Amino acid sequence: MTFDRTIASLAVACGVLLVAAPIAPQWLLFLLALALAKGLVVLGLLLLMRTGLVSFGQGLYFGLGAYAAALLAHRGGLADAALMIVAGTACAAAVAAILGLLLARYREIFFAMLSLAFSMILYGLLVKSSALGSTDGFHVQVKHFAGIALAAGVERRVFYAASAIAVFFLGWALHRYLRSHWGRLSEAIRDNELRVEYLGASVYRVVYANYIIAAALAGLGGAFAALAVGHVDPETTYWTTSGEFVFIAILGGTGNVLAPFLSAAIFEALRTVASQYAPNVWQMALGVAMLAIIMFLPGGLWTLVRRRAA
Amino acid sequence: MSNFAAVVFDGVVYSSWLFLMAAGLTLIYGVMRILNIAHGSLYALGAYTAASLGGAWIAAGYAPAGSFAMLALAVLLVGAVMGPLIERGLLKWMYGKDEIVLLLVTYAVFLILEDAIKLVWGVESKLFSEPYALPGNFAIGALVYPVYNLVLIAVAVVTGLALSWALYYTRQGKLLLAVIHDREMSAAMGINVDRVYLATFTLGAMLAGLGGALTAPMIAVSPGIGVEVIVLSFAVVVVGGLGSLGGAALGALMVGLARSVAVRYWPEGELFIIYFVMALVLIARPKGLFSAPEARKI
Amino acid sequence: MNPILAAEGLQKSFGAVTAAADINLAFERDSVVSLIGANGAGKTTFLNMVTGYLRPDGGRVRFDGQELVGRSPRQITALGLSRSFQIPQLFQSLSVRENLLVAEGIAHAERVEEATDALLEKFDLASYAARPAGLLPEGIRKLLDVAMALVSKPKLLLLDEPTSGVAADEKFGIMDLVMTAVRGQGVTVLFVEHDMDIVSRYAARVVAFYDGRVIADGTPAQVLEAEEVRRYVIGGAPHAAA
Repeated sequence: MTFDRTIASLAVACGVLLVAAPIAPQWLLFLLALALAKGLVVLGLLLLMRTGLVSFGQGLYFGLGAYAAALLAHRGGLADAALMIVAGTACAAAVAAILGLLLARYREIFFAMLSLAFSMILYGLLVKSSALGSTDGFHVQVKHFAGIALAAGVERRVFYAASAIAVFFLGWALHRYLRSHWGRLSEAIRDNELRVEYLGASVYRVVYANYIIAAALAGLGGAFAALAVGHVDPETTYWTTSGEFVFIAILGGTGNVLAPFLSAAIFEALRTVASQYAPNVWQMALGVAMLAIIMFLPGGLWTLVRRRAA
Repeated sequence: MSNFAAVVFDGVVYSSWLFLMAAGLTLIYGVMRILNIAHGSLYALGAYTAASLGGAWIAAGYAPAGSFAMLALAVLLVGAVMGPLIERGLLKWMYGKDEIVLLLVTYAVFLILEDAIKLVWGVESKLFSEPYALPGNFAIGALVYPVYNLVLIAVAVVTGLALSWALYYTRQGKLLLAVIHDREMSAAMGINVDRVYLATFTLGAMLAGLGGALTAPMIAVSPGIGVEVIVLSFAVVVVGGLGSLGGAALGALMVGLARSVAVRYWPEGELFIIYFVMALVLIARPKGLFSAPEARKI
Repeated sequence: MNPILAAEGLQKSFGAVTAAADINLAFERDSVVSLIGANGAGKTTFLNMVTGYLRPDGGRVRFDGQELVGRSPRQITALGLSRSFQIPQLFQSLSVRENLLVAEGIAHAERVEEATDALLEKFDLASYAARPAGLLPEGIRKLLDVAMALVSKPKLLLLDEPTSGVAADEKFGIMDLVMTAVRGQGVTVLFVEHDMDIVSRYAARVVAFYDGRVIADGTPAQVLEAEEVRRYVIGGAPHAAA
C-alpha cells in the first residue's frame, strides 16, 4: 500500500495525543478532549458537505449521544464509559435512520433548516423535562471503562485516550471511504444529482447512508463530550451549538479528514481565551471570521496547508 | 366553552405575532432567494430601539399614550438604517453565490449583531411595559386579557392586508412579484433588480423591527430574544411555502393554534408541536402549502 | 418486426403549448436514426418522455418489451437505455477520469480503473484525464458526456444534439469517435441534430418533427428533400456543402 500522507499524519498526531495522556496538565487535556469530540461531529459534517449538504442540526445527534450516554450511566445503572460511548453512537444512528428517511429528500436551505428544526424539537423536549434536569441538565460521573475500574483522578485521561484512538480509526475509515467509489459518488451527487440518477444510481440512498454516518459520528462526539465535561445539558442540542459545528467545518474546510480536528482545536483554544477576556464579543468575532473565510478563503484553512504542500 | 374560546383566542394572538415575524422573512426569500437568519437580530433591534425610545419618552414626562408613536418610530429607524446597511454594505457583494453560502452570510451577520446589541445596550433587561398596560383589559367569559393583545391582532391583520394590496395592486408591488417570479427575465425587461432588492430587504427589516417593537412591551427585553424567533419564523414560512405571503398567514394560523392547544393540554410539548406540525406539512407537501412551480432543467 | 423502441400515441402539453400530439414511432434494433426539427418542435420533449424525465399526458412507450412510462430515469437506465444531454451533464469539480470512474463504479464494472482507461483511449480523452470537467472545451465536454452514457453498455443510446455548440471543424471528429465507439456492439442510436450534413452522413433514417407531430419519416435523401421539411425544418434550400 502506497504511503498516504494523511494517514501517516493522523497516526503521528494521535500518537502524540496518546503520549500526552498521562503527562499533560488537566486544562490542556480538557481542551484537547473537547476538540477531539467536536472534531468527530465536524468530520460527519465534512462528509455531508462533500455530498453537497450543510446540516444546521448536528446538535441533535450530539445532544442525543451525550444524553444517551449519560442516561445509561445514571438511570440505566451501567456506568461504564465504553458502553456509554456505544450507546451514544447507536442512539444517534437509530434516530438518524428514521429522520433520514424524510431529510434525505431535501437539499440546500430546506435540508439545513429542517435539520435545525429537528434539533430544536429535542431541545424543546429536554428543556421542558424536569426529570432530565430541564435547562440545568445533570452531572455525569463514571469510573469504569470496559469493565475496568479506574483509579480516582485517572478517568478523564483514559476517556481522552479512548477518544484519540477512536479519532485515529474513524479518521482513517472516513479517509478511505472518501477515496472509494462511495466518496466519489457523494461528490458526484454534490455536482450533478440528475446525472447520477441517469447513470443508474440512487441519490436518495447515498444521501441517506451519509446522513446516518454523520449522525453516528456526532453521537459518538456527544458521548465523548459528556465524559470530558462530566455534565450534559440541553445546550448541546440548541441550534447555536449546531452553528458552532458549521463554523468549525467552514474554518477548516472539507479538503481533508484532518481539517475538522485541527480546526476544532483552534476553535476550542480561541473560545477558552475569549470566554476569559472578551465574552461579549465572541460571537461577533465568529461572525467576522466567517465572513472573512467566505470572502477570502472559501476552502477554509486547509487551503493554506494544501498551498504549502503543493 | 370558555376553555375553547381561550385556546382559540390565545392561538390567534400567537398567530398574529408569528405572522408579523414570518411575513418579512418570506418576502425576502421570495424576492432575493436569501433565508435571512439575521431576521432575529433585526427583531431584537426593533425591541431594543422601541424600549429605549419609549423609555426615554416616558422618562421625559410626555403623555404615555404617545409611547405608541415611539414604537412606530423604532420600526422606521430599524428598517431605514439596518436594511440598506446590510443589503448595500454586505449582501450586494455576495449575490450569485450559492443559497447556502448566503444563508451562512446572514448567520454571520446575526452573530455580529447579537454582540453589537450587547455592546450598545448592555446585558441587563430593559423594561418598557407602558403601552402594554395602557389600553387596559377586557374579558372573555371568566378570563381577563390585555387589550394590547387586540392591538397585536389588529396590526397583524392590517399589515397583512396592506402588504397584499401593495404587492398586487401597486406598480412597485407588481415589480416585486415579477422579480419573485423570474429574476433574469425581470432584469432583461429593464426592471432595476438592484433597487428592488434594496427595497425588499428594507421592507423585510422593517417588518422584523415591527415584530420586535410590538413585542417589547410584553417582555423583558434582553440579549438573546432574537434567537428563538428565527427558528419559529422559519417553521411558519416553510409550512406556508417560501415566498408566499398568504402561505405565511395560513402557516402562522396553523402553528399558532396548534401551539395554543399544546400549551393548554400538554405544556411540555409546546415547542415540539410547532415543529411536528411543520414536519407533517412537509411530508404531505414537501415544498410547503403554496409553492412556485420549477422550470425544466434539461 | 420487433422494434427495440416503440412509442404509441404519446401526448404532452404544457398549458396551451402542445409539445407532443399523438406521436407514433418505432425503431429497429441496430439502426442509426436522426431526429430533426426546429426548436420547440418536440424532439427534446420526446427524448425526455422516453427517458423518464417527463411523464406523458397519454400514450405508451415500450422498450425491448418493457413499458417505460411511469419508470424513473434510474430504472430506465437499468433496462438498457442511456442518453447524453444537450447541455453536457458532468461532474464539474471532478476530473475527466473521475467522472468516468463514477460511471464505471455505478455500472458495477469488474475492473473499474482498466475500463476507465480503455474508455479514455476510445474517446481520445486521455490527454484531458486529470482536468476538472468544468474546465474543458465544449467538444470535449460533449465527448465525455457521451462516453459516460456508454459505460452502462446500453442497447439503445439517445444523443441530444451531440455536436451543438461545438466548433464546425470538430463536429465530424466527435461524431466519428462516437460512432466508432458503438460500432459492432449492437447499439441502436437515436440522435437529435440540427446540422443536416451530420444528419445525412451518419443517419440511415431521419424523423422530422414539427409542432409536436412527425411530419416526415424516411431515408435522409427522402426527408431532407421533402416539401414540408424544407419549409418547417431546414428553411429553404438545403445547407450547401462548404
